[in-house]
Amino acid sequence: MVIRLEIVGLDVEKIKEISNIKQEDSWVLDYRLKSYELFEKLKDPNFGPKIDIDFSKVIYYKTREEDSIKNDWNDISCSVRNELCSVGVLESEKHLDGMGVQYESEVIYHNMLEELTKKNVIFTSIEEGLKKYPEIARKYFGKIVSNSDNKYAALNSSVFSGGSFIYIPPHTTLDRPLQSYFRMNSRNMGQFERTLIIVDDDSSLHYIEGCTAPTYSESSLHAAVVEIYVGKRSKCRYSTVQNWATNVNNLVTKRAVVDEEGTMEWIDGNIGSCKTMKYPACILKGDRSSGTCITISVASKNQEQDTGSRMIHLGKETKSTIISKSIARNGGNATYRGKVDIKESAVNSSAMVKCDTLILDDISKSDTIPVNICRNDSSNIEHEATVSKISEEKLFYMMSRGLDKEKATELILLGFIEKFREELPMEYAVELNQLLKKNL
Amino acid sequence: MNFSIENLNVNSKDQKEILKDFSLTVKPGEVHVIMGPNGTGKSTLSKVIMGSNDYIVHHGDIKINQESILSLDTCERSRKGIFLAMQSPISIEGVTNSEFLRTALSSKQGSNVGIYPFIQMMETAMKDLKMDDSMMHRSINQDFSGGERKKNEILQMKILKPNFIILDELDSGLDVDSLKIVCDNIQQYLKENPTTSVLIITHYTRILDYLHPDFVHIMEKGKIVKTGDFTLAKQIEKNGFSCVIEVSEDNVNE
Repeated sequence: MVIRLEIVGLDVEKIKEISNIKQEDSWVLDYRLKSYELFEKLKDPNFGPKIDIDFSKVIYYKTREEDSIKNDWNDISCSVRNELCSVGVLESEKHLDGMGVQYESEVIYHNMLEELTKKNVIFTSIEEGLKKYPEIARKYFGKIVSNSDNKYAALNSSVFSGGSFIYIPPHTTLDRPLQSYFRMNSRNMGQFERTLIIVDDDSSLHYIEGCTAPTYSESSLHAAVVEIYVGKRSKCRYSTVQNWATNVNNLVTKRAVVDEEGTMEWIDGNIGSCKTMKYPACILKGDRSSGTCITISVASKNQEQDTGSRMIHLGKETKSTIISKSIARNGGNATYRGKVDIKESAVNSSAMVKCDTLILDDISKSDTIPVNICRNDSSNIEHEATVSKISEEKLFYMMSRGLDKEKATELILLGFIEKFREELPMEYAVELNQLLKKNL
Repeated sequence: MNFSIENLNVNSKDQKEILKDFSLTVKPGEVHVIMGPNGTGKSTLSKVIMGSNDYIVHHGDIKINQESILSLDTCERSRKGIFLAMQSPISIEGVTNSEFLRTALSSKQGSNVGIYPFIQMMETAMKDLKMDDSMMHRSINQDFSGGERKKNEILQMKILKPNFIILDELDSGLDVDSLKIVCDNIQQYLKENPTTSVLIITHYTRILDYLHPDFVHIMEKGKIVKTGDFTLAKQIEKNGFSCVIEVSEDNVNE
């Protein structure tokens, strides 16, 4: 594998270099440079796990000789193809309407059913999207997640590379999901993909994001930004099962703005990475819009999963639901951190938050840190939280039917996250089972 | 199955003595009943036989075919053919009845049971018990009525095919019609498996009208104080436990 370019450490010149490689329009470079200023000013979040990253050692951009977007697996180098095949990427394509694959910094594969092209569906890399569709891009890019939102959103905005650009035109429904797969394969790699999804009025999309990386002793950084606009009466579902190696810092900003009667659903699983901070958000801007976030977090040894969801109600009669299931074991820390804010304008709205935690031993930890604010009289927030251990009584019951302790524990665990599993596409649910069994 | 309990002494975790010098022998094909007022250790007995961690056996032995099972854990005892239909079966979120039972049967047989034959087996057994089809794919006992939970226990019995069955307060939560259905199923099972033995734990005699016992034991304060046949149960039904227990205590005093 011949490396064409590797950018380590960060300064203005290096950002210009990234922009130059991508031959971007000047507005994009300007945005990158402004974001870099903000990144330098902003501090790490004052909550959650302590993040300790030596930014001078991170690889911000890396491509190889042969990297360019292909739409045929035969055009992709054998070693990369085999690597992706071994983690099931090629197999999953059968179940999809379209798929993109990002390897390190660049999207290397993209393919979509021809009929979707005829319907004017756009599914491409963010770079292509910004270049070819500036009128859409400039309207939404950086408008849903501001580059001043937090330090890692600012970092992403200055060095972003790869990620998806999706536009679903009005009155368009896709039969099957679109998927992007992200893989990191280098030590010290930083992956900064940027995704922009626009589901125009009266349409629907199911988008799946998958990600893995092999384990190295040096830590890697994944700082993505996902921006989604859900149009009037439209529906978007975004499903992820994050399985980064346990040396990856996973600091992601995901946010959707939902217009009138639109629906946004985040299905978000966090099993890998060492430190995760991720709170998928819905800004329920339009009247009668709704948002749902179903998350699971599994924290094992040396893992801190600081996850949750944010629901900001602006429109009238808006509705949100957060279901969070956390499992802490082998000394892991699984914390729910969420926010529901029903603004004054959001009359007759309702929100439901349900957080359940299962702690498997005495050395593991879990916290539930909810912030629920209701600023008008006609709305309500329901909050429910439970923390439990695997009960001896349940184990006894299952073992009395011949299951050994491990099998019984496994079934109870899978049962605990069933609400999440049942929302996943079949092949993902199966993979999730395997992952959890492997980590038991 | 030859089943025996020999001079068993059992304490709870907080060192309360529950079973005292308890002995019982059950031969293949026999139906035994243990009766007694609340709080005499009947349910403890069933959990101790099943290997619950809540109790400490500090003297005596439990044997299957002359071999001690005290060192076996709960799942190994189950695989040896002991089945406990529990008094208050617990519900387990997110684990379907069929998934659970197929895993249990596979564990017992030591090889994976195919989905298709298993579903057929379940459907037949559920029809016998007049259970709703949907229960197969519902979470174990979740939102089940008391009666449905008890039927679910007997469904598990029919699938797992034990040769020593403990029925702990089977009739509680069952209405008359359901009790009859459940008992008919147990009788049918015993007819098909004539060497299977049953230990019924109850403080009502209602269930004995359907499952006729060979032996009736009266238990008080952690041990069997009187043994007789079906007529002993009838006597209790008529006059209550007090007379029987008093009589036995008098006997001891003599």
